[in-house]
Formats: sequence, structure tokens, C-alpha cells
Amino acid sequence: MNMNALKEELDGDSGMDVWTEVVALDQIPQLGSRVIATDTMNIAVFRTASDEVFAMKDECPHKKGPLSQGIVHGTSVTCPLHNWKIDLASGEALGPDEGCTNVFSAKVENGTVYIAFR
Amino acid sequence: MKEKLVLIGNGMAGVRALEELFKHNTSSDKGSDLYDITVIGAEPHPNYNRIMLSPVLAGEQTINDIILNTSEWYEENGIELVTGDPAIEISRIQKSVITESGKNIHYDRLLIATGSTPFIIPVPGADKEGVLGFRDIHDVQTMVKASREYKKAVVIGGGLLGLEAANGLMKQGMDVTVVHLLDSLMERQLDKPASALLKASLETRGMKFLMEASTAEIVGDKRVSSVKFADGSEVEADLVVMAVGIRPDIELAQKAGIHCQRGIVVNDTMQTFDPLIYAVGECVQHRNECYGLVAPLFEQARVAANHLAQVGSTRYIGSMTSTKLKVTGIDLFSAGEFNEEEGDEVLQMQDVASGVYKKLVLKDNVIKGAVMFGDTMDGTWYFSLMRDATNIADFRRTILFGQHDLGDAGHGEASAVMSLPDDAEICGCNGVSKGNIVQAISKNGIFTLDEVRAHTKASSSCGSCTGLVESILASTVGEGYDATPSKKAVCACTDCSHDEVIDAIKDHELKTMDAVRQFLEWKTPDGCAACRPALNYYLLARWPEEYQDDAQSRFINERAHGNIQKDGTYSVVPRMFGGLVKPNELRAIADVCDKFEVPEMKVTGGQRIDLFGVKKEDLPAMWKDLTDAGFVSGHAYGKAMRTVKTCAGKTWCRFGTQNSTRLGVKLEELTWGSYMQHKFKLAVSGCPRNCAEATIKDFGVVCVDSGYELHIGGNGGIKVRVTDLLCKVETEEEVLEYCAAFTQKYREEAHYLERTAPWVERVGLTYVKECILDDEAERKALAERFKISQKVAQVDPWKERADGQASHEFTPLKIAG
Repeated sequence: MNMNALKEELDGDSGMDVWTEVVALDQIPQLGSRVIATDTMNIAVFRTASDEVFAMKDECPHKKGPLSQGIVHGTSVTCPLHNWKIDLASGEALGPDEGCTNVFSAKVENGTVYIAFR
Repeated sequence: MKEKLVLIGNGMAGVRALEELFKHNTSSDKGSDLYDITVIGAEPHPNYNRIMLSPVLAGEQTINDIILNTSEWYEENGIELVTGDPAIEISRIQKSVITESGKNIHYDRLLIATGSTPFIIPVPGADKEGVLGFRDIHDVQTMVKASREYKKAVVIGGGLLGLEAANGLMKQGMDVTVVHLLDSLMERQLDKPASALLKASLETRGMKFLMEASTAEIVGDKRVSSVKFADGSEVEADLVVMAVGIRPDIELAQKAGIHCQRGIVVNDTMQTFDPLIYAVGECVQHRNECYGLVAPLFEQARVAANHLAQVGSTRYIGSMTSTKLKVTGIDLFSAGEFNEEEGDEVLQMQDVASGVYKKLVLKDNVIKGAVMFGDTMDGTWYFSLMRDATNIADFRRTILFGQHDLGDAGHGEASAVMSLPDDAEICGCNGVSKGNIVQAISKNGIFTLDEVRAHTKASSSCGSCTGLVESILASTVGEGYDATPSKKAVCACTDCSHDEVIDAIKDHELKTMDAVRQFLEWKTPDGCAACRPALNYYLLARWPEEYQDDAQSRFINERAHGNIQKDGTYSVVPRMFGGLVKPNELRAIADVCDKFEVPEMKVTGGQRIDLFGVKKEDLPAMWKDLTDAGFVSGHAYGKAMRTVKTCAGKTWCRFGTQNSTRLGVKLEELTWGSYMQHKFKLAVSGCPRNCAEATIKDFGVVCVDSGYELHIGGNGGIKVRVTDLLCKVETEEEVLEYCAAFTQKYREEAHYLERTAPWVERVGLTYVKECILDDEAERKALAERFKISQKVAQVDPWKERADGQASHEFTPLKIAG
């Protein structure tokens, strides 16, 4: 597994986020995702067509469908279970649906994806 | 520096054009990033849903319920809103609009949406107090007020609007008489029998009618006291509502020297003869037609907005419209040319006792018009058959019984939708009642099926209640129903229909998704969850040897090659050709289940074994064991060829003819691995007892002593549909060839997510027969193309992944925290 949780650094802005290296960017398909299993939950990391990355709890606010398995388009993902559309940046359901999933800050540096845990 | 756009007319068509314009923004800002916008409205209200005035008058809704855009909406979008101050002049030289209060507002582009005005019959006394039209909130307020003080109302005009007004006034407690010049009500929408049924039904509710009555004078001092007719008779009246018709409001445009006839004349991009000035809505005359219904207006708004946003790809080419009466409890539908002319044929069904009347007018087996009363459930179906000019020859014997008759599980006898109580469950998947839907429609100002789906979830799962939902939508918004735009776009990312996409890919040799999106001017850079799988499939089907399948454009099931279950685990179904299985194969399956602790095994309806509850990360290892034992993927998860079901067969069954089981295996060997628009099932039965249920499959074979009957377009799911007999052939080789040809025809031409049953109904059995039976060269070419496509397709996806392909898909990352 190409993964370790060794590298941690403090985020300059908030001073609170702890950035954790999770995966090389090229290990996530464009318009696709990877799942990160932590002790407490699964986190989905998404990569858009323009190589932006987003991370959120891998659980649709509707019926807990695994969002990581959905189709990514623009900066949203469509849940595979009942087609709710979730905004990757805010975790909020789009359209008339209402609900929100926890999001985590994510960034790419030198081809590596980092996620901030608080 | 943004240009200045001025909209005259703060109504549904104009404001819809602005909303469409905002959709073209390249930034996520509110409002338009191209124009500074001013809206000039004569009424003191924000934009409201004029269609819903009837329910407001009837006391079923309030004015607040029908506001479409609140004052905050205008503010948020940076629109300067001028209300209660009508525009009185357009100066084309100065490019400005002058209002009553003297405002002089400059424009770079002008959009005129002044709508229409009610026609007031010029009889003596028409200007008396208590005489009014039925057009805006003010009229409704005046009527409601009058109903509190007065008793007797006369409505002049027995058309749609007049009857809705009369119904509303009656609900407000007034004694209402409808006066109509002709001998039948709603003569523009109904034929005589339907009109008579309507009249009888309204009479039982207490409405009175004076037919063939020509109004001569409104009598009274200051206020109206009676209406006098040409024959000298008279009716008492404290309130007179004139609903005899509307006229496009062209006064402003005419004064400004813009070319007008009945309406303001516009071209296909909704421009007037002054190209800086656009016009949409009821004030417009397009290709000699004026429209008073909301669906066409919205199409016009979309086209005008595209042009204003400098995305000039769409044209307005006119609309086909249908009508519903918004009187609670009365089911009535009409569309097209419902009065037959010479050379037309009429199909008619009448059941006076139960108040049901249906009539279809046909020409050359294509529907020209429809009238329905009492049971309008199938109105939208007939309307789409009419719009698509479907040849109905193959089912004209049963067409009057409705689509329902073709089988529609789970909705019992619900056909007269408007008579259902509010708590009747419409969508059985999502538990949505009729009341929920009606409320969502009025509260959110909804006009389309897609919007109902988004807001209520009704009809958004299996879709079997779509007809009911459309019916409720149509009855609730009446003539405003936008069921059938002149074409249906693939999704919100494009204005193109499925057929346009399929044709463009073929005719312009588009071979990548980007090329398709660029050529057809997609509005989104990488599409959405609806269009991406469709494009991916169309490209794959058209260019099997060249197109590189895009995993990220496939639904998860086809990416993970298993069926995602509600808990996020997957199910695994190994293929068993023809349903045959050997002991060592069963042993291998049992071993796999032990090894991977499969919580549940089940024998499927397709004669194979489903292994439930498999963790995604276990899939490749499990597939390795299964492929080692000789299995390939069953594609039980895909829009693909699923199974070939067989019966016991001639080897054992005393009734069997032909070697049906062997044929089943051969057919499965021919077709496995093929991706389709939707799932695709086959069956072979060894005799007409048809134990393999071949007549509800996409392609079914029934063996008979003299050969093989080939059946197509069956469905056993949401809507049970029995197959159509394609033909009878004599040899196995022919079965295989016809099967390949039919399959390929479907693969090349049906819309994504359209199964063979609705496809055959849409294009007509005659068309399929022409291609497969009458044209031998075409049949052989189709079969050949299928074989080419299969060369690429018949690579087992399980084996590839067991060997390590796409491992990122199945490998979760792990971190502590």
C-alpha cells in the first residue's frame, strides 16, 4: 500500500489543521476517487478534471451511500444509490435535496495529496 | 462594461428568459455576467404564476402561493425592478424606453414580453362597474371581493378560461351562469360528445349554461344589473366576467414601428424586425402562430436567452400543444386536430354510464389529434405518440385501452387521477402521495416532470408511475404543462436530443467524448452523471474497435463489475451459459463463498447464483478463484446482455421440440459481454408451453416442430409487455443471425436507458421488420457489425481485474486517525 501517515505538518493559515499525506495524485483517476479507511470512518478523496482534489466523509447525507463510488462531474459527485448530487467543496446536497456531508480540507503539493484533520 | 438589457413585461415568459440567461453565466455570480438588467412591469407585483389564477379564484390557493420570483430574487440577481409604472414608449433612435412616470431607460438590447390583454366585447355598457376580464391578480381580487357582496355572476365565454372562472366563482359561493355564443363548450379543444359530457358534469355541480346566446348589452345604472341578449332575453347579474379570448398586446411595439401582424412578428431566434429587440411570450407571432400556453413560451424564452448569451445554437421551430382543464375533479384532455377531416380515421370509445369518452383521429396510422374525458391517464402517452409521429398500426386494436392495457404493475385501477383523494399513493417506490405532488407543484411553481422528480422524488426511481405523475402535473398546471417539449434533451448539459447525439457521432465521425461535447456545444466541461454514461455508450457502440472505454463515465456497477448493494457491498453473479452448471463449478462457487464468507447466496430468476455481501476489496481475489474454475462475469450488474433462460429441453422433456437448451447456450455464447443501452435478456423455450417465458424477454425464441418463432421487445419488469412476433425461421443458424441483427439494430439506434420494449413501441414493429426481415443485405450487415463489436467486447472483465487491471478501484488506502 502506497500510504503512510508519517508526514504531518501544520497548516500556516489556521494553525489548527494537521495535514496528512494520503496518496500520490496520479493514483486517483481524473474524475474519479479513492477511499481512505481511517479508524473512525471512510473518507473519499476526489480528483476533478482540472486536478483539484476534495475530501469528504464517504457517506451520502441521504441514505449513507458511498459517495466515492459515484460519478464525478465538474466539482460535484452523484451518489450511486439514489442520484443525489453533492457539492465536493461544501459537502452540501445540490438542487432541491437538503443535507450535508462532512468535508475535509485537501490540497496537492508536488504531486502528493494531503488532507487536513482537526 | 456590461451591456444594458431592458425587459418590458414582468411576466412568466420574460422572467423565464432572464432565468435561462443566468444559466449561461461563466462565473458563479448571481445575475447575468453579460448584462445590467432592468425589468419594467405594469402590475405592482413581482412575477407570479398566471396559470394558477384559477385555483386562487377557487380559493384552493393564495396569491402568495403563486409568486414565482420574490422581490429578493430581483435584488439578489442585481435586477432593477420597476413595478406599477408601465412602459409607454420605445424610442428606437435613442434606444430607450419611456415609462408612464417619465423614466427614460436606455437599452442595448430590448426584450418585449408584454403578453396579452383580455378581449372585452364592445357592447353597450361594457364599461360599467362589475364588468371585467380574467387576466391578472387585480381581476381575481375584484372577483373575490364581489363574491362577498353579490350573488349572481355571468361569465361570457364557454372556453377554457371562462369555465375556470365560472368554477372559481361558484366555489366562492356565487350563482354562476355561463353564456356561450356557440352550441358546444370549449369548441376549440373538444369535439361535441366530449363537450356534452363536460357540460353535463358541470351542470351536476350547479353551473348554469346559456348556449348560442349572443350578448347584446350590459344593463345597469353605475353597476351592472343584468345582461341582455340579441333575442331580447335577459339574465340578472351583479358581476360579469368576459372571457371570450385574449389579444397579443402589441401596442407598444406597433407604435415604435416594429413589424406586427396579429402579434409582434419574430424569427426563429425570437428577434423582431429590429435585431436589437427580441420578443417572447403571448405577444409574439412566430411562423404565423400565436401561443397562449406556457410550454411554448418557455421554449421561446430558452431560445431568446441563448441568443442573448451569444450561444446561438438553438432555434425555435414552433410547438405542438395540448390542453387540460383545471377544474378539480374533471379529467379532460385534448391535443392536435381532434375533428376528423376527409381521409382521416377515427378510433372512439364511449361509456356514458361511467362518464368516459376517448377519441383518436388518425391519418395513415399516425395520431393527429386526441380528445379524452373522464379517463385522461393516457393523454400524455397519446401526445408523445403524436409528437413522435409513431406508426401505431401494430397496436391500434388496443390503443384506446391505453398504455395501461399493455401492463403497468403496482397502480391498480388508478386512471381518473383527479378523482383520487389527496392521500392516494402515487409513487410506490418513494411513498409520495397525490397531495404531496400537487402541493410541490403549486408551492414551487413547477412545470416539468423533471422538476416534480427533483422536488418530490415521485417517478424518479422505477418510473412506473410516470404516467400518473404527468397526469397530475397536467391537471394541476392545466394548459401550462410542459410535458412534451418539441424535443427532449439528453440532460441539462445540452439542448440536443439522444437522436441528435447518435447521428452526430455517426455523421461527423466524432470519436471522443470531448469531440462530441465540443461539436454539440455542451454547456458543461465534463457532462454529468446522466450524459456521460450515455455518450460513453454511444461512442462504444459506434466505434467498437477505436473508442477507448472511459471507466469514470460508467456507473459504479460497470466500473466495479458487481452490483452495488444498499450497504455498499457488492453482489457477484458468475455466468452459467443457458443455465447449465456442472458439479465442479458448483463446488468452486461453494468454496469461494466459504473462503470469502459470503453472507447470502440466492438462485436468481435468470437461472444462476447470486453471491451477496461481498466487500469491494475482496472482488478481484474472488474473481481469480471463479475464473480459475472456468467462469466468466455474468454482467448481472450492467446495461448489458444478462442471461439466456432455457427450459428443461428436448433431452428430458416429453414435449420438447428442437434442441432448445443447446440453442440457448449458443445464443449466450454469441451475445455475452455485449454492452447495451439497458439490460437485455434472452430466453429459449422448447415448445409453445413456453416454460422459459420467452415472450417477456428482449429477444425470445419459442421452438416449434417446424422451426423457431422469434419474438422481440418483451419485458417482465416495471411494465409487463408481451413480445411482438418478429418472424419464424427454420434453422439454428438463422436464429443466430436474426438475433445478432436485431441486437445490433437496437444497440445502434435506441436511446440510452431505453429498453427494447419502449424502443419497439417508439419506432414501431413495422420499422424493425423492414430492417431485419425485408432487407437481407441490411440484416447480414447488422449481424456482421455485431460480431465485430463482440470481438472487442468478449474479454472477461473479471479475469482482467483478477490479473491486476484497475487495481486502484478495489484498493482502499489506510491511515490511522
